[in-house]
This record gives sequence, structure tokens and C-alpha cells, in this order.
Amino acid sequence: MRNLLPWREPVPPDGTMGEPGTRGRFGEYGGRYAPESLVEACREVDQTFREAWADPGFRGDLARLLALHAGRPTPLTPARRLSEELGVQLYLKREDLTHTGSHKINNVLGQALLATRMGRRRLIAETGAGQHGVATATAAALLGLEATVFMGERDIERQALNVFRMRMLGAEVIPVITGSRTLKDATSEAMRHWVGATGDSHYCVGSVIGPDPYPWMVREFQRVIGDEARGQFAAELRTGVPDHVVACVGGGSNAAGTFAGFADTPARLVGVEAEGGAGAARGRLGVLHGCRSLFLQDDDGQITQAHSIAAGLDYPGVGPEHAHLRDLGRARYVTVTDDEAVGAAVRLARTEGIVPALESAHALAWVIRAAGGGELPSGSTVLMTLSGRGDKDVSTLKELL
Amino acid sequence: MTNSTVAAGAVERHLRARRDTGRGLLLPYVTGGITPGWTDYLRAFADAGADAIEVGLPFSDPTLDGVTIQEASDRALARGASVRRILADLAGLPDLGVPLVASTYYNLVLHDGPGAFCAALRRAGVGGLIVPDLPVHEAGELSDAATAAGVEPALLASPATPQPRLAEISRRSRGFVYAVSLMGTTGERAVLAASAAELTERIRRVTDRPVLLGFGISTPDQAREARRHADGVVVGAAVMRRVLDGAGPDDLRAFLTTLREALDQECDPPR
Repeated sequence: MRNLLPWREPVPPDGTMGEPGTRGRFGEYGGRYAPESLVEACREVDQTFREAWADPGFRGDLARLLALHAGRPTPLTPARRLSEELGVQLYLKREDLTHTGSHKINNVLGQALLATRMGRRRLIAETGAGQHGVATATAAALLGLEATVFMGERDIERQALNVFRMRMLGAEVIPVITGSRTLKDATSEAMRHWVGATGDSHYCVGSVIGPDPYPWMVREFQRVIGDEARGQFAAELRTGVPDHVVACVGGGSNAAGTFAGFADTPARLVGVEAEGGAGAARGRLGVLHGCRSLFLQDDDGQITQAHSIAAGLDYPGVGPEHAHLRDLGRARYVTVTDDEAVGAAVRLARTEGIVPALESAHALAWVIRAAGGGELPSGSTVLMTLSGRGDKDVSTLKELL
Repeated sequence: MTNSTVAAGAVERHLRARRDTGRGLLLPYVTGGITPGWTDYLRAFADAGADAIEVGLPFSDPTLDGVTIQEASDRALARGASVRRILADLAGLPDLGVPLVASTYYNLVLHDGPGAFCAALRRAGVGGLIVPDLPVHEAGELSDAATAAGVEPALLASPATPQPRLAEISRRSRGFVYAVSLMGTTGERAVLAASAAELTERIRRVTDRPVLLGFGISTPDQAREARRHADGVVVGAAVMRRVLDGAGPDDLRAFLTTLREALDQECDPPR
């Protein structure tokens, strides 16, 4: 099935980051571990996505929305002063400059168009930091759909401004009071809600997690990040490709979209997780929220709670394709602490005039730590996806600094 | 019709034998480890005329369960419940005279691997298994391990399941077919969903395995109505809400007896 169609993007000969294998597998990960009541809905999403993604009309509609509403393409900004300090050539892919302020809008516009193609009138979403919720509320307003967003009570407290934005955009925000009251529980609650609403609603999953086809579909909607950056590097560098490609990983959607543009190049792919939410680095095989992947668990097999200063990284697992890339050795996954992320955010603000989201600051924190060492030698060229802007985190930072 | 009698295991033989006398089947549920003396509930269920008993192995993220079973799972886990401890409790029980069916999410099955998990169930005297987040197309790995261990995994069928897939579910299910009465999560409902009758009718077209209706069945009236369509009922949230509210084994025996009597009012002629 791979690459039969002329508009499919290039994948390396081994098929890495191409279509998943049979039954939605990335190696041993992925699959469709959905309750029977959701299997038919997943099948319909899969079929509609395959048709849409092969339809130049759909691609054209999405490209127009991304350009006219989301402000794509986003710039590739050389971080000149910070590069000089670190001794590497650092380039930032500026997803923080998209409308709504993070990469989440790329996926949501794709899924919202898909929902209208399926005749659905409402979008269901889970959100952690609130960025995916805001993006969903935005796309719903733009396309005349309703939006229902599930958000952990704890995240509602620490991301109050995003809650207000969602409600202003006309979305219904439902607080989730179970479990750790963060992203994991919001995702469970959104799935429960979808079981009773498949007839009129589309579940707009925000990351590369969930039952097949979501991990693949969300990566494809996010690959615009990597594809754009690839083109921009072709003009920027003599080699055309950076030595290292770095992105933060919660579920892993901005990383998957970024990596997809470089899967067929020699670039080294690095995913940066939060110390307290390191599904790829420290998870063990399991099944949660519809897919087989790596999850943080205790000795009895119960999912443990993630802890990160960045609400968007506060997820105890990682998308199945990242688990596969880890096993293949194609990407490596590292962790940074809350303190390192906060330090990186401040440093970017003072050297480049950019306040990054705390999620994105994790990716930068690794670059800062590794630059000049064996993992990231002096003189290397580095692409880092700056997945979102830091406005939402200003109150968190204010308490810390 | 699938000729499934040949492959029938102990749970299915037991349920078929009871059904074939015309009896409506009652499968009450309890969350393992919910109270210090939780296995006393099992004895009460058996005394009240349960035909099999479902024991929930609580999981931290029960994505197909409504608030009642979520709360029960959280409470059991907070008490230190685990698969290992619950199975140890079961292994120490005298024979209840009815089969035990474990239910849990697939993460707990994968934790030690399906082979070790099923073998541990068998050693604890558990004959059946329900895994609500394991649909038929992903069930191969568990089916093989379960067959090897002598455990019967029952598959779930939903109102959204297309007919050809319903046939496959019925063919590959063991013990019974679990008919999910409505498009929703577990939990008590005011009325039996209209989708329940249509689904059980569609399942009956493709199998003669026992068909049990679950999700939302909480009163004697609902049990009686469900019995008109299905071979019996699974009752979970209605039991666990009472347990969460402090009801003891005697209270549950009384409640289940009302369901038993309702089912008995709707008996079939013996086969």
C-alpha cells in the first residue's frame, strides 16, 4: 500500500514513518484496542481519512485553511544569539506563530474538515494545557460546528486563560474530576462520552495516541511542520538537512509531525520528554486509550500519574509510533527536569525575545544541556520545533521566578 | 447457527445446562478487593441464585465504565487491591458451585503477558474472562493463551456492530456472548435501551451460545424485560452502588433475590 499514490510524501525504503502496517501497527505497537461500541466509528474515521488524504480537493481545502486562517507557512528562525552562546547552529520552527499559538491547530483543522466530510456536527476533544482545546474550539467556530472539550480540573486551575478562551469561542468545557484530574483522565472521559455520541460527533484526538487510525492520521496532519522545515532547510543549508531534529514529546504530535519530514534523511531525531512523564524513555508495554504502546505503570500494572510543570507533557504514555522509533533506534528519547525547562524558557526569552510554551522549553533544555558534548557536538546544525508560545504559562512562571 | 457445543468449556457448559432448563441467567458483578471481607459477597450472590459471578480486577483507567464502577475501582485500588491479591483471595475460597468470570482491562492482561495471566486465573479457580477494551480483531493473542490455560474469554457485541462482525464475535466468543445493551458506558439507567432487543435478536440469528445482556440493567423490571430478549443479564453498577453505599452481603443477597425472582417469572419452556 505504501507510496502507490503520487501525492504521498517520501518515506525511506524501509517504510519508517509511512503508513502503519496491517491493523494499524507500528512494529508491535498501535492497533485498535477500542471498546466494541467504538470500533465501527474508528473504521469510519479510517476510511474517510484514507479517501480524503488521497483527494486533491480535500488537500486543497486544508491547505487554504492552514494558509488563510492558521497563518502557515510558519518561519524557520535562526536563533542567532543563543546559537553563538551554545556553539551550535540552532534553528527554530515557529509553530508558536500559528493562529491559536501552537501546532495543535494543524491537526484540528484537518480533523474538523474530516468531521464535516462525515456529516458530524460536533467535535469532542480532550485537552491538557488547553492548546488542543482552544484549537478545537477555534476550528469548530470557523466551520460552524459545536465543540465539547474535556479538561482535568487540575489543568483548569493552572490554565484558566485557555478555559476562558474556549468558552469565548463557544465551546462547552467539561471539568474532569476523576483520577489525577489531568490529561490522562480527560482523555478517558472524552472516550466515554464518544461511546454515547458516535452518531453526531467526531472525537478529535489531539495527539498521536488513541486507536487506529488516530496515531497515523494525526501525524499526517502534523507533518506539515516537518515538510515545511525540510523545504526551508533546503534553501538555508548547503547540506539541505540539519544534523539534529529535536522536539518535545508528551503524546508526541509535534515531534511526530516534525520527524516525518526527516525520516528519510540522515538527521538524528531526538524526542525530549518531561522527567515525570517519560513514556518513551521509561514506559513499559501496555494498552491505554485505544492503543498498544509504552506507559508508566506500577508493579501491579496500574497506570501511574505523570507529573510535569508543562500540562501538555503530563501524560503517562507516548504515541505508538514513537515507541516503535525508539525500538528501531531511529529516534532517541531523553528527559529534562521542570527546572531545566524553566531555565530554558527564560534563556530563550532573553537571547531571542521569544517566550516559549513550557512544553517547547523542554526541547530547548536538552539542546542547551547537550550542546558541545558528545551527543550534540559544537558546530552541529539543529532544528528544534518551537511547538507553542508561552503566554499560557506566564502565571506559572510568575510564581516560580 | 454455529455449532459451538464441541468447543464449549466448563463455563459455557454450565450456562447452557441452566439455560436449557428454561432458567434466565443471572451474572452479578463485584469489584475485587472493594472491602476487607469482599469475598463474602460472592457467597451471598451464589445463595441468591447467581448462575455465574463476575469479579472485576480493578484498573486505574476504566475507560468503558461509568461513575459507579470507576469509584469502586478507585476505592479498591486505594485499599491496595491488585490482580495478585484478588486471585489469592479467590484461590482460598471453598467451591461456590457457580463459575467465576474475571473482568478487567487489557493492560492488566498484558502486564505479565496473556499466558501467565490466564494461567493465574485458572489456578485461582476462575473459568471465564471479560476484557471490554479488547475487540475481536485484537483478541487472537489472548484467545490462544486462554485456550491453552482452559479459560473462556467472552467477547462483547455492541448495537453498532455490523452483522458479519457479529457472526465473527459470536463464533470466537467463549462461555457466552456479552451483549452491550446500549451505546454508552456501564451504569444504572431508568429504562432498558431499545437497542437491547434488536441486538440480541441479531446475535441469536448467528449463534446458539448463551447471550447475556449487560450495561444499565438495574431493576427487577428491567431484568424481566431483558429476559424476554436474552438468556440472562449481567448486573454490575446496581450492585456496586449499593456496596459503595455500605450495603453488606445480606443486603445484596436480598437485592439479587428480587432479580432472581423477576427472571424466574419469565422462564422459557425447557429445551
